[in-house]
Amino acid sequence: MNKVLMKGNEAIGEAAIAAGCRYFFGYPITPQSELPEFLSRRLPQVGGVFLQAESEVAAINMVYGAASTGARVMTSSSSPGISLKQEGISYLAASELPCVIVNIMRAGPGLGGIQPSQSDYFQATRGGGHGDYRTIVLAPASVQEIVDLVIEGFELADRYRLPVMILGDGNLGQMMEPVQMDRTAKGRLPAKPWALTGKKGRPRNIINSLNLDPEKLEMHNRKLERRYQEIKERETKAESYLTDDAEIVVAAYGIVARVSKAAVDRARAEGIKAGLFRPITLWPFPEKELNEATARARNVLTVEMSLGQMVEDVKLALNGRLPAAFYGRVGGVVPTVSGVFEEIQKINQNSGKVK
Amino acid sequence: MAVVFERPRSLTDQRFRYCPGCHHGIIHRLVAEAIDDLEIQDRTIAVASVGCSVFSYEYFDTDAIQAAHGRAPAVATGIKRVEPECVVFTYQGDGDLAAIGTAEIVHAAARGENITVIFVNNAVYGMTSGQMAPTTLIGQVTTTSPDGRIPSRAGYPIRVCELLNTLEGPAYLARVSVHDPRHVREAKKAIKEAFQVQLAGKGFSLVEVLSACPTNWHLSPLEAIEWIKEKMIPYYPLGKFKNVLEVKEDA
Repeated sequence: MNKVLMKGNEAIGEAAIAAGCRYFFGYPITPQSELPEFLSRRLPQVGGVFLQAESEVAAINMVYGAASTGARVMTSSSSPGISLKQEGISYLAASELPCVIVNIMRAGPGLGGIQPSQSDYFQATRGGGHGDYRTIVLAPASVQEIVDLVIEGFELADRYRLPVMILGDGNLGQMMEPVQMDRTAKGRLPAKPWALTGKKGRPRNIINSLNLDPEKLEMHNRKLERRYQEIKERETKAESYLTDDAEIVVAAYGIVARVSKAAVDRARAEGIKAGLFRPITLWPFPEKELNEATARARNVLTVEMSLGQMVEDVKLALNGRLPAAFYGRVGGVVPTVSGVFEEIQKINQNSGKVK
Repeated sequence: MAVVFERPRSLTDQRFRYCPGCHHGIIHRLVAEAIDDLEIQDRTIAVASVGCSVFSYEYFDTDAIQAAHGRAPAVATGIKRVEPECVVFTYQGDGDLAAIGTAEIVHAAARGENITVIFVNNAVYGMTSGQMAPTTLIGQVTTTSPDGRIPSRAGYPIRVCELLNTLEGPAYLARVSVHDPRHVREAKKAIKEAFQVQLAGKGFSLVEVLSACPTNWHLSPLEAIEWIKEKMIPYYPLGKFKNVLEVKEDA
């Protein structure tokens, strides 16, 4: 199939349809509104349901209801809207319901701005809502990768029975790139004997997150934790670029990784042995992959559109083995190639002195 | 010997946890009887809310889900949109439906969502032990309206049926009570009609049931029944506000 030019937000919608998602509940917010707009046209064409909810809170609870029937279902929003959805995400996680949630991040806190940001990293990777839970967080860096990760997101959500978040930013949602749209979900939906469909010929099913007995609730928490450990062992994903001999490794995700890649190329042209490490799963964080990518490094530089959030995971993964520097732009400002290059240069000069 | 009275099939053997004199048990039974009468047990999905009735998923012998506080109509919407052949109902109290869940109930009604809502109004927050509800009557003493509800401080009680009746979406709206056998029979009829409206695909149906909370009203069960008659019904008049099935028959 030929490549087609698609906007990031619209590619998310088309990929969801390719993954077998037929239900979308959402609420408009910049810079992701093209996604619900696109699905309001496309879903009825494939026999699906698009419903514009009265609020983000209602939208995620509609997702909770639809997911309880075993259907593949998606919602999307941007930062302030995701904050509102956290109540429902906690319930989905507690009730072990699969779904895909898209966050096309904008700058905050509060109403913030509408320009791109990566400042929801903590919220996305630490659970975000109340209680002990995690969601799988996937961070695409191109429109093509959006397609691949949305499809994979639905597979992971079903396999592990939890919400999967696609964490992009305003840049990625708004940019247009050629994509190949001939990919479809790998297989049929797994059996979902737990789903609510009316109890015809079987004992009733109950979807519930209430457990007043503390020991039972602890058992439930432990059960979820065992699943999170399994995901940590099996599902981390990252990309390394020129890291084999790199002395300075730049760690960045999403659109910032692309900026950083150009900065790494420039550093190489200047004779600096730089490389790039790009986490694709933000939770679970690819700790082993980062340590492999920095085996020969003397310094790690984390670059983000935040005041320093992923850098904490980088430091945890390195566990003091290497010095970890940070460079971030916030408020909707996107780091430039020369900005990142200058940081690499600074580290190169400083580490030269130490030597 | 012929069996003339038995437990509805759509109730489990689980014992109710409700306080003495509370009407949730009666209302649960009426809902279960309606499900039995209509022979829809195997395709019904119950949505339990937050509050005293949170455990209703244990009591109804149907598929069931427990929703976050106030969000039951949104959860029911998600279920019904995927499973239109299922009968989906929410069971909500007044704090859940008329305070934190006001947006969800108004918009589910406005959309004409083809679900049934059983709305239990006892004019107080039960589970959290007697705080003021949106439906608490003027002058009614609660733990958070210790001088009685004073409108200048706490606003006025909300009449949910009348509020929703301003919308085009609802197909069935009725307010009933279960304080005596005659009213119990009328309540049963209304609940059954509400389900029939959903089965006919006509849209949103809601039955508001006035209900006693002797524990938090600090009254005996019998005094509580008198309080419903003397205080609640005058402010919350009983009756049918809308039934699209009847309108059609009359025409």
